[in-house]
Amino acid sequence: MHRYQAGSEDRRRMLAAIGATSVEQLFETIPSGVRCGALDLPSAQSEEEVRREFWAYATANAAPECFASFLGAGVYRHVMPAAADALIQRGEFFTAYTPYQPEVSQGTLQAIFEFQTFVCQLTEMDVANASMYDGATAVVEAVLMARRLLPGRSRVVVAGSLHPEYRAVLDTYEEPAGLGLTEAPWGSDGRIDRQALAAALGPDVCAVVVQSPNVLGVIEDLPAIGEAAKAAGAQSVHAVAEATSLGVLAPGGRFGFDVVCGELQAFGIPPAFGGPHLGFFATRQAHLRQMPGRLAGETVDSEGRRGYVLTLSTREQHIRRGKATSNICTNHGLMALYTSIVLSLLGKKGVRELALASYATAEYVKSGVRGSGLGARLAFPDGPTYNEFLVLHDDPDGLLETLKKEGILGGVSTTRFGARFPSGVLVAATEKNTRQECDRLIDALRRLA
Amino acid sequence: MNGTKALRARERLIFEHSSAGRVGYQLPHLEVPAADPAATLPAELLRGELADLPEVSEVDVVRHYTRLSKWNYSVDEGLYPLGSCTMKYNPRLNEELARLPGLAQLHPLQPDDQVQGALALMWQLEQALIAVTGMTRVTLQPAAGAHGELAGMLMIRKALRQRGDNRRKVLIPDSAHGTNPATAVFAGFDIVEIASTAQGTLDLAALRRQLDGGDVAALMITVPNTLGVFEPDIATASALLHEKGAFLYMDGANLNAFVGVAHPGKMGADALHINLHKTFSTPHGGGGPGAGPVAVSEALVPYLPVPMVERHGDRFVLSSDRPDSIGKVRGFYGNFGMLVRALAYIRSLGRDGLRGMAEGAVLNANYVRKGLEGSFKLAYDGPSMHEVVFDDTLQAATGIKNIDIAKRLLDYGFHPPTMSFPLIVHGALMIEPTESEGIEELDAFIAAMREIAREAKETPDLVKGAPYTTPVSRLDEVRAARQPILRWRRGAE
Repeated sequence: MHRYQAGSEDRRRMLAAIGATSVEQLFETIPSGVRCGALDLPSAQSEEEVRREFWAYATANAAPECFASFLGAGVYRHVMPAAADALIQRGEFFTAYTPYQPEVSQGTLQAIFEFQTFVCQLTEMDVANASMYDGATAVVEAVLMARRLLPGRSRVVVAGSLHPEYRAVLDTYEEPAGLGLTEAPWGSDGRIDRQALAAALGPDVCAVVVQSPNVLGVIEDLPAIGEAAKAAGAQSVHAVAEATSLGVLAPGGRFGFDVVCGELQAFGIPPAFGGPHLGFFATRQAHLRQMPGRLAGETVDSEGRRGYVLTLSTREQHIRRGKATSNICTNHGLMALYTSIVLSLLGKKGVRELALASYATAEYVKSGVRGSGLGARLAFPDGPTYNEFLVLHDDPDGLLETLKKEGILGGVSTTRFGARFPSGVLVAATEKNTRQECDRLIDALRRLA
Repeated sequence: MNGTKALRARERLIFEHSSAGRVGYQLPHLEVPAADPAATLPAELLRGELADLPEVSEVDVVRHYTRLSKWNYSVDEGLYPLGSCTMKYNPRLNEELARLPGLAQLHPLQPDDQVQGALALMWQLEQALIAVTGMTRVTLQPAAGAHGELAGMLMIRKALRQRGDNRRKVLIPDSAHGTNPATAVFAGFDIVEIASTAQGTLDLAALRRQLDGGDVAALMITVPNTLGVFEPDIATASALLHEKGAFLYMDGANLNAFVGVAHPGKMGADALHINLHKTFSTPHGGGGPGAGPVAVSEALVPYLPVPMVERHGDRFVLSSDRPDSIGKVRGFYGNFGMLVRALAYIRSLGRDGLRGMAEGAVLNANYVRKGLEGSFKLAYDGPSMHEVVFDDTLQAATGIKNIDIAKRLLDYGFHPPTMSFPLIVHGALMIEPTESEGIEELDAFIAAMREIAREAKETPDLVKGAPYTTPVSRLDEVRAARQPILRWRRGAE
């Protein structure tokens, strides 16, 4: 018998109780035509053997922790407070399920309520849901909500500088959801080209999607974009891929945006080769009933004590089925809990300090690049940035390979994003990068670029 | 009550713990010169401190979340028999492995030659899921079951469009989970619900009628179905569908019931999502993250999401060379951390342990069924696989409903079964014990349920007032929905 399962005596007694002679008898309803033989898999392994296999996978990778790493482009390396991972490893959290029974799920429910509050604070929006899968799917849900709110309008104006991964997922929904996507390109400063945006808008546009800081690292003029969308009667969506930027940058909520959504991975969630990360979705009170995803709400119990329940579930698939606001069932609860813990630990002071430190570190590298005679190679010298910027280079993959030999993961090559993007390296720096790491990168770029 | 116990009985929100000047974390010293964003950005785009974020110490935070955790029921504490959720034990080894720095710290945009271990792991998981399902290829990209459904239905849509076929109808049995119709609509289809037979299974005659009527793109069906009954005609159904150029979407939520016994590939499935957080034990996490890989038949291979991991000799690459792909359904490659855990689970169990998993799940469900027959009414009396559905008919005389039974069960120290689902059973109690449980735990559960059945007859008010021993009593859900309070605000308490 297996260590994760009951034993042979359990089986014998249970079979006797139900009057069966063998377990095989319980599978008699499965027709022979659909049965399989022994699975083509190895036999059971001990912990030690499994560990050996997985250490081999892990050590066959180049772990960024062993390098001076400046990788970003939507997935960022920030501090990871030890208490956060320790707390989410409590079995009471990670081995529980969606809080369908609120009387024995107050821990999860209160944590979701706190998470919703944190997201509202970061975005300056009225309401936030219990989380989404990731930044890309959150943006899609924002567009789908805009389409529900503005029936008859189906065109979506998307900034060309939206993260290509987010854009790719939006493209997948374009035909099935009956959307039409129009791209608004960036101008010479890396920000959305305002004239092109104005030209793209029209009475058939349901949503304007802009990411800030955008995938080129540049901070957009959100007030102007929000105004333009509003004037056209469209929903405005501020997508966020680097959420720690909200520690110093004003969010779309301040400028009347309808949705602020995106990715919270930057608050210390491990990159984990792309997931699990944490999508978030915040909107205005007026759109509450059209919002996707789960919501926890405050109420009282029969003795008048404060407590929390899942609420407004008439929007959801298990009640509304084909008329639901989203087909999503579960979300990313444990990552939301993790992020709430990180935000609690960082607190009022830390969220701002972390953003300032990240900004200062990136500015240091940027000025090193600028002062090295490579200044012309900054893709957008006039575009304000937060903690990431694009350095132009004809052979970014070759440059990164050379840097790697010096122990530096210098950034992300834009060749990954296709020909729409100028050839170069996106360099991200955070509070995790030491001055020595920054100097090594600057020095190497001076020699090689 | 006083002291810590009193505090724990009403743990405040983290925001209400805030006290000026407390800090919970120290950032590394800034070694580079400080920089002022106001130097490069207009003041309008900047913000100051977020005034309402909490000021709490690390101790405050650890105690707060530890106290909250104690208000949760969990698999680590005991039987969690939520039907269709497969709440099995989550091995600690898998948590350790997912946190190896070479896996957890890996960036998704590193070049392929820096991530060979991660790609090998994904490839091995795909091979293992092919072995388990008998299907042709598997995308690991979807983040959850419902997300996998969507990926599968988008592939079916694309396959139809590629042959210039605009058929719109998706057939869904009335016993289906709500995600199925929601997914079909989000994938751009119209839903046609088909009534189940008196045995609760797929009505082949109804399927034939629909197919004869034309315009059918696919059937979405769960096997075994949500009543825990294996669909005996599934192979016939798939043959009928394929004959008419339609597809079979199989919801793999209940795959745990027949791993190592039967192959969805042989049932004729064209797409099948696999909830790694059910069958392959990645933790449910209080509501995610999950993972919903989709296995497909040869017919849908061209439409798989990109990228796919391909093996070239002893090297692995992320390939997007798939011109008819539906595209991407999420950023990057899937919930990789969950893929690590699932492969570790498959390796730990091996081929015999995986079959033993299905055997244990089915045996345990049948043992619970035997123990509760007579005390509760079976919704359908066909043979059960991994779960069994009772209803509250026998308790109706004293006005006891399934929700009362569920709440009373909390006082006996168990998480209740899934309630009010499937929709075709009025007052449903859907019990899925999983293979993790030994006989003592099942006996204790059966005893508690039988005791509640007795209380329902003799002291119904006791049952209606339950629970009595939980941190809060029954909560006013109507009030929560009518006057929604969805966030904390300073000064609002």
